Amino acid sequence: MFPIRLAGARFTAGDRPLLDGIDLTIGGDGITVFLGPNGAGKSLLMLLLAGLLIPDGGRIDWNGGPLPDAGIDMMFQQPMLLRASVFANVALALKPLGMKQTDVRRQTMEVLHRVGLGHRSEDSARLLSGGEKQRLALARSWVRRPRLLLLDEPTASLDPTATEAVESIVREIRTEGAKILMTTHNLGQAMRISDDIVFIDAGKVREHTATARFFSYPQSPEAKLFIQGELPWRIAFEP
Amino acid sequence: MANRFRTLTLTFTLVASLLLASTAARAEEFITLASTTSTDQSGLFGFILPKFEAQSGVKVKVVALGTGQALDTGRRGDADVVLVHDRPAEDRFVAEGWGIERRDVMYNDFVIVGPKADPAKIKGTGDAVDAFRRIAAAPVDFVSRGDKSGTNAAELRFWKEAGVDPKAFKGYKEAGSGMGPTLNMSASLNAYTLADRGTWLSFKNRQDLEILVAGDKRLFNPYGVMLVNPAKHPHVKQEAGRKFIDWITSADGQSTIAAYKISGEQLFFPDANK
Amino acid sequence: MSETFGDALSLLGRLDPAVLGIVWLSFKVSLTAVCIGAAIGLPLGAWVAVAEFPGRSVLAVLLNGMMGVPSVIVGVIVYLLLSRSGPFGPMGLLYSPAAMVVAQTLLVVPLVAALTRQIVEDAWREYAIELRSLRFNMRQCISTLLYDCRFSLVVALLAGLGRAMSEVGAVMIVGGNIEGFTRVMTTAIALETAKGDLSLSLALGIVLISVVLVLNGGAYTLRYWAMRRYG
Repeated sequence: MFPIRLAGARFTAGDRPLLDGIDLTIGGDGITVFLGPNGAGKSLLMLLLAGLLIPDGGRIDWNGGPLPDAGIDMMFQQPMLLRASVFANVALALKPLGMKQTDVRRQTMEVLHRVGLGHRSEDSARLLSGGEKQRLALARSWVRRPRLLLLDEPTASLDPTATEAVESIVREIRTEGAKILMTTHNLGQAMRISDDIVFIDAGKVREHTATARFFSYPQSPEAKLFIQGELPWRIAFEP
Repeated sequence: MANRFRTLTLTFTLVASLLLASTAARAEEFITLASTTSTDQSGLFGFILPKFEAQSGVKVKVVALGTGQALDTGRRGDADVVLVHDRPAEDRFVAEGWGIERRDVMYNDFVIVGPKADPAKIKGTGDAVDAFRRIAAAPVDFVSRGDKSGTNAAELRFWKEAGVDPKAFKGYKEAGSGMGPTLNMSASLNAYTLADRGTWLSFKNRQDLEILVAGDKRLFNPYGVMLVNPAKHPHVKQEAGRKFIDWITSADGQSTIAAYKISGEQLFFPDANK
Repeated sequence: MSETFGDALSLLGRLDPAVLGIVWLSFKVSLTAVCIGAAIGLPLGAWVAVAEFPGRSVLAVLLNGMMGVPSVIVGVIVYLLLSRSGPFGPMGLLYSPAAMVVAQTLLVVPLVAALTRQIVEDAWREYAIELRSLRFNMRQCISTLLYDCRFSLVVALLAGLGRAMSEVGAVMIVGGNIEGFTRVMTTAIALETAKGDLSLSLALGIVLISVVLVLNGGAYTLRYWAMRRYG
């Protein structure tokens, strides 16, 4: 599957380019964060990498081949929550795998315990708190043990404690050997969690470097502005 | 979750088949009798059929329609026996080979009912054709069955004899339905209509209507029974059907018909053995 | 009017066995039709909501249109099909409860399918991308969506039951209104009205209305409960 290579990938809505010639190579290790202002095209890029959208121009390949049949999972910004129990919402992800019921049960419960929802497995998913819902969604993506996990703004509307909980689960998944790609516009989170950063602005990749280097020596003028302009703003609203 | 859904689908199917089974059970012998609203709604069948069913063990399922429809039902093979009242149509039915073994069963009579005030002045004429002529000449309404039933056919014969084209008569209304709805309509319009005595006697919503003309020989209304031709429709239950025809024309069947009364009045007069 | 109404109530009070038999048959026939209608209409409606094929919107419009087809027309069609002279004549189903089930099923399927399509399409719009990301096939998408919409779909099924129980045209034609065999509430009401016996009509009408009210009350309670239980 790795490296995933995008070469001149374009995606347009009408005649407006949303992704404007993306060249990018994603390796199989660590946590990569897609950083950039709202509307930069981060989520769209995720959908291309997950194979859920096909670029209008340019090309994308997964280690030189087409989209793999399995091994890529994505957690969405607004996760789908069925009117069913927490357990059923996670077990759902195993449905296409045709596993035995006992295995489904065992794997689901194991993941639920690891995200701290083991005791709530029979509760209604839609009645969970915001942080619990995100952990449930993480569990659903994790239960299939993907090689690549895409997380779209997993902590966008969470308080610091809940954000902390999600981040520690993400680290745990990485430790298990999954490659993680996530979008955020939270600079603090990007700094805390990522190994490298892809900075995107106006449908273009402006920079792709190691995290420490990105924050110390941003190369592109857009990244400099973003770090300077956004950092105090972020801190004010997301302590 | 997927399993629960499958369980639900299974439950639907199971409930459906159980319900179906419970309706399909009881494989007793039965015949389908296409007959007229006048015989069914007057309560005659409710009175005589239990006796036949007890004696023969054959259940009779009555589909009550207009005479024309009842004959059509027989023509399509959807009934085993037909019992109707429109002699010319019955003869045609037999002549075309749809029915066999036609027998006279009984007769009742038609009555002309209308508002008590009787604006057409037909009360006591005793002459049905004259009454029809007077109705057409008066500024009154007449409700016709208009459904190709035996009663409808008889009514049209009267108009013809009276030399009146009903379509040209302003107060003429075709109900396009059975005797009961036609009477309901006449009651609410305070109109005249031709009814069979049986339905009239068991009819409850009479309001201002009453019998104005009755007793004219031409108002007599004979019923005939016939078996749907097994040569045309091989599935016809001819043995059970014949049992029914034999019984209803037998002395026993005939006296049972004669014994049916509504408020002391005999509705049908057996005439199988005249 | 008030006299008729009083008679109707006293008829109900006596629980006449013939009346009970009619009510019971109505339930049996209509529930069977709704069960079969659900087994066909739910997946059909969900499939139309989810599948992508040319003519999908034509089919959706067709289903919506067929919701309003007069039951008499369905009755005539089923009559011609089941008549001894028709293609399914040899089965000998005409003038039987099974024929009534067939007719009512044909009335229920488009109604259930059309309502299901609307309900499931909304959920599909919301869930499509995530279900695709989970690599669900068509069947898995359909069963998941139907499961998730189950409380709303109960209303669709109730609408189907309402249509089945309250229609008179089709069962009259294909059932023949045979006493003790194919006489249901609506055909009995038609017959008693024809005989001018308005109080018995009204008594059966009261039963019919009560049934519809109880069912709708039950559906409302279920949805209320589901809302609290599942959010």
